[in-house]
Amino acid sequence: MNTRQAIRSTNDFVIKFANINGSGSASANELFARAIMRMGVTVSPRNIFPSNIQGMPTWYEMRVSGEGWLARRGGCDMMVAMNPQTWDRDVAELAPGGYLVYDSTKMLPRSKFRDDITVIGIPLTEMCNRDYTDVRQRQLVRNIMYVGALVALLDIDLADTERLVSEQYRGKDKLIDANVRALRLGHDYAREHFSCPLGLRVERADAVGDRIFIDGNSACGLGAVYGGATVAGWYPITPSTSVVEAFGSYCRKFRTDPDSGKARYAIAQAEDELAAIGMVIGAGWNGARAFTATSGPGISLMQEFLGLAYFAEIPAVIYDVQRGGPSTGMPTRTQQSDLLACAYASHGDTRHVLLFPEDPYECFTLGAQAFDLAERLQTPVFVMLDLDIGMNERLCRPFDWDDSRRYDRGKLLTHADLEAGKEFGRYLDVDGDGIPYRTIPGTHPTKGAYFTRGTTRNPYAKYSEAGTDYVYNMERLRRKFDTAKTLVPAPVLTKASAPTRIGAICYGSTGPAMAEAIALLEDDGIHVDTLRVRAFPFSDEVMDFIAAHDHVFVVEQNESAQLRTMLINEGEITPKKLVRVLHYDGTPITARFIAGRIADELVAFKVSTLEPHANPLRKVAP
Amino acid sequence: MTYLAKPKLLRADTPRNALGYTRRDYEGAISTLCAGCGHDSISASIVQACFDLDIEPHRVAKLSGIGCSSKTPDYFLGNSHGFNSVHGRMPSVLTGAALANRTLLYLGVSGDGDSASIGIGQFAHAMRRGVNMTYIVENNGVYGLTKGQFSATADKGSKNKKGVVNADSPIDLAALALQLGATYVARSFSGDKEQLVPLIKGALHHRGPAFIDVISPCVTFNNHTGSTKSYDYVREHNAAVNRLDVILPKAQIEASYPPGSLRRVVQHDGSILHLRKVGVDYDPSDRIGAMNHLQERHALGEIVTGLLYVDSSGDDMHAHLNTVEKPLNQLGDAYLCPGSSALAALNASLR
Ligand SMILES: Cc1ncc(C[n+]2csc(CCOP(=O)(O)OP(=O)(O)O)c2C)c(N)n1
Ligand code: SF4
Ligand SMILES: [Mg+2]
Repeated sequence: MNTRQAIRSTNDFVIKFANINGSGSASANELFARAIMRMGVTVSPRNIFPSNIQGMPTWYEMRVSGEGWLARRGGCDMMVAMNPQTWDRDVAELAPGGYLVYDSTKMLPRSKFRDDITVIGIPLTEMCNRDYTDVRQRQLVRNIMYVGALVALLDIDLADTERLVSEQYRGKDKLIDANVRALRLGHDYAREHFSCPLGLRVERADAVGDRIFIDGNSACGLGAVYGGATVAGWYPITPSTSVVEAFGSYCRKFRTDPDSGKARYAIAQAEDELAAIGMVIGAGWNGARAFTATSGPGISLMQEFLGLAYFAEIPAVIYDVQRGGPSTGMPTRTQQSDLLACAYASHGDTRHVLLFPEDPYECFTLGAQAFDLAERLQTPVFVMLDLDIGMNERLCRPFDWDDSRRYDRGKLLTHADLEAGKEFGRYLDVDGDGIPYRTIPGTHPTKGAYFTRGTTRNPYAKYSEAGTDYVYNMERLRRKFDTAKTLVPAPVLTKASAPTRIGAICYGSTGPAMAEAIALLEDDGIHVDTLRVRAFPFSDEVMDFIAAHDHVFVVEQNESAQLRTMLINEGEITPKKLVRVLHYDGTPITARFIAGRIADELVAFKVSTLEPHANPLRKVAP
Repeated sequence: MTYLAKPKLLRADTPRNALGYTRRDYEGAISTLCAGCGHDSISASIVQACFDLDIEPHRVAKLSGIGCSSKTPDYFLGNSHGFNSVHGRMPSVLTGAALANRTLLYLGVSGDGDSASIGIGQFAHAMRRGVNMTYIVENNGVYGLTKGQFSATADKGSKNKKGVVNADSPIDLAALALQLGATYVARSFSGDKEQLVPLIKGALHHRGPAFIDVISPCVTFNNHTGSTKSYDYVREHNAAVNRLDVILPKAQIEASYPPGSLRRVVQHDGSILHLRKVGVDYDPSDRIGAMNHLQERHALGEIVTGLLYVDSSGDDMHAHLNTVEKPLNQLGDAYLCPGSSALAALNASLR
């Protein structure tokens, strides 16, 4: 380290762990993240992993942000390089002045290093081999050992970290002992050999509050439990698999009948996504709340059934954890590229309700609300999350639930209603909101039975090929979709600190990067109002927002500006007014990218408040 | 199944079952199938079986795919909820419905195209999973609704109406069902109601996947010479292994049979299957024997019918999943939602 000053920063840096997947590094890295959070400092970690089970490179990238930003920052200030396979690129990625932590058991030639970084070699393997006999344990404690070293190097509280180890292995004293010992070995070695702390350090703060740390897929699984789902049909696919796994484990905990030990839920692993959605539709038709979780390829397979559910008006909930498409695409990278495939899924004139959670908290709340909406509207409802929030743990508001809330089962005619002689036309618009009444099989011996089909029928569910019946039905479905606008979660408006004619729209996991980008722009005197859209169909607020601004940036994580297309299509917006800000290389979008693009575009529009030379955000690489 | 709208008034001597229902209470909309279509006779057999068994129509859920055969649920059990789903996918919809409410009777109706061509995957997996259902394939060897193309059950060498010979090997759905774990497997002929009605009854009283392959001639596209699914061909090559009578626990009638000619199978609900021997010695509790018998006779050009296999000790998907007795679709909020206190504890564990 001679040509550059070492980076100095407290509570604001990016640390990246380069590991080999299947080596048990994930839990050690997570422990490290939690140790920092215990110090009241905000972290946001992200797994970057291959579509492979063992032996391939993985990275765990963690942003520490004293200001509380949760989006990916980009760049790397410290690299913990534990994977020889990726050594060269990992070392190259480090910012000038950065820190390289590595296992120095084996000597490496000078040429393998850079002279503008600080190199911290710790003989991890040697220390493990000396102190641990079991081969598998050696590998696992090696990970904890580097965590111990980092605790010393970054000035993290050792006692807090030890407590975390005990919590993680509660009841397994032997494991606690082995891990705490490794933690201390790493810690003490770093203390002895390096001047701790480094220029990078963590300082106790109070930025975490009562927030919780969980991944979006688990939150969806929990949302399905709270939302009253009893039937899940699914087929495994990255990055959605853990939604149903989480549903299963929360169900075992919360939905096992205490007396009989029996399950108040049913999970069927289907033979493919066609069968998965078929089961959901069968269960929904029969009055159970049912869902599936999938990703792009599964959505493609479900198309015909989704059209049936739309046209036959059957509630269904689909969690789509989006990944990079098209085709198999980038199965372990994030994108928001299934919007059009879901919004207009299936042939013919279809429209579906989509919800866009921003973080695990909303995965839980919208994930539960989806069931009320599906039954109220008698239609499929898609919860559109993505790999970035689905498979990464994220700090978010603690979950809450109003115990006075009751499930909205929608317009269901009961035995008593039928007995009382209520007229029943399955596809009759009685209330003018486009939503008809339905009955559940088995309700009444002689009243309320009807025949469900995907073909045209009259309001009384009788087969019909009459154009008038078809048109009546399509107009009613249109009305129903208009009703949906008033029921779906409203968008979230964030006003700039000064009045502005510039707006930006984002959705889903882009939220945190958007908020940070706005702050960057404000620092630079650029004011932008933002609207985070939370659902399709778009409520009136969305169109009002567009009308109230001269230029509206639409920030998305896909290549073809899918939300923008939907806004233009549904709101009859002049396309020029909606400016694309698109990030789609599979990494989560960053604030620097958004702010840079917006600043650049504003220069191009010659928006008068801007001095181009005074704009340091221009030409910032994604 | 009903061809002509009938007068509403009933004669005083119209037969009624134990529930007080007449046969007409089990009928549905007027059939739109071709006159003489085998499928209509199957609908009539379903009506007869449900009437005889005193089944409350609203306790039945009838589901189908797409095809002439899959249209038929509209033509029987008008007081039952029905679901005409998408082509080849009835089994998954039925599975989901059965998960939602374990107390209804599930009747799946499909065609040979629906089940053996586009839907063979779903057919196979529903059998494997042990869904509690009666699954009837109305098998005519062609796609009736799309005008007579060969289906996957068409025999190799059989001719279509224009004389084109089918070169592909046939799929025997009954043989597949045996191999895949169905616990009640039968084959019958739409033209033989005496055989078919009891087979449907036995299936409706069976717990687990009950499959009936019913050869059901398509009079419009596959009833000519050279077809192996025509009325004439099936009559000439029908090789029944037994004749079934279903005796309900409440009916105490004991018919007398010559010694050695009868097998008795008691099902989980106490219903008794009386299997009368017809010619050959056939053991319907031997799955492998049944598979062999089907293959041997098929090689001789025979169509084996009757109750091919039954295992009355089997359980179903709900048993495998250990679900509660109460239907999942009837569990109230209190049984489903863990509430805010559970969340508080959960939040604490996530910090
Ligand atoms: C996805 C799809 N592909 C094709 C069709 C057209 N189609 C309708 S019925 C049918 C064949 C039905 O044959 P089968 O199940 O044997 O019934 P049958 O009419 O012979 O009773 C086909 C191919 C369809 N409805 N859906
Ligand atoms: S085309 Fe064939 S299968 Fe269809 S209704 Fe006519 S006879 Fe029956
Ligand atoms: Mg057919």
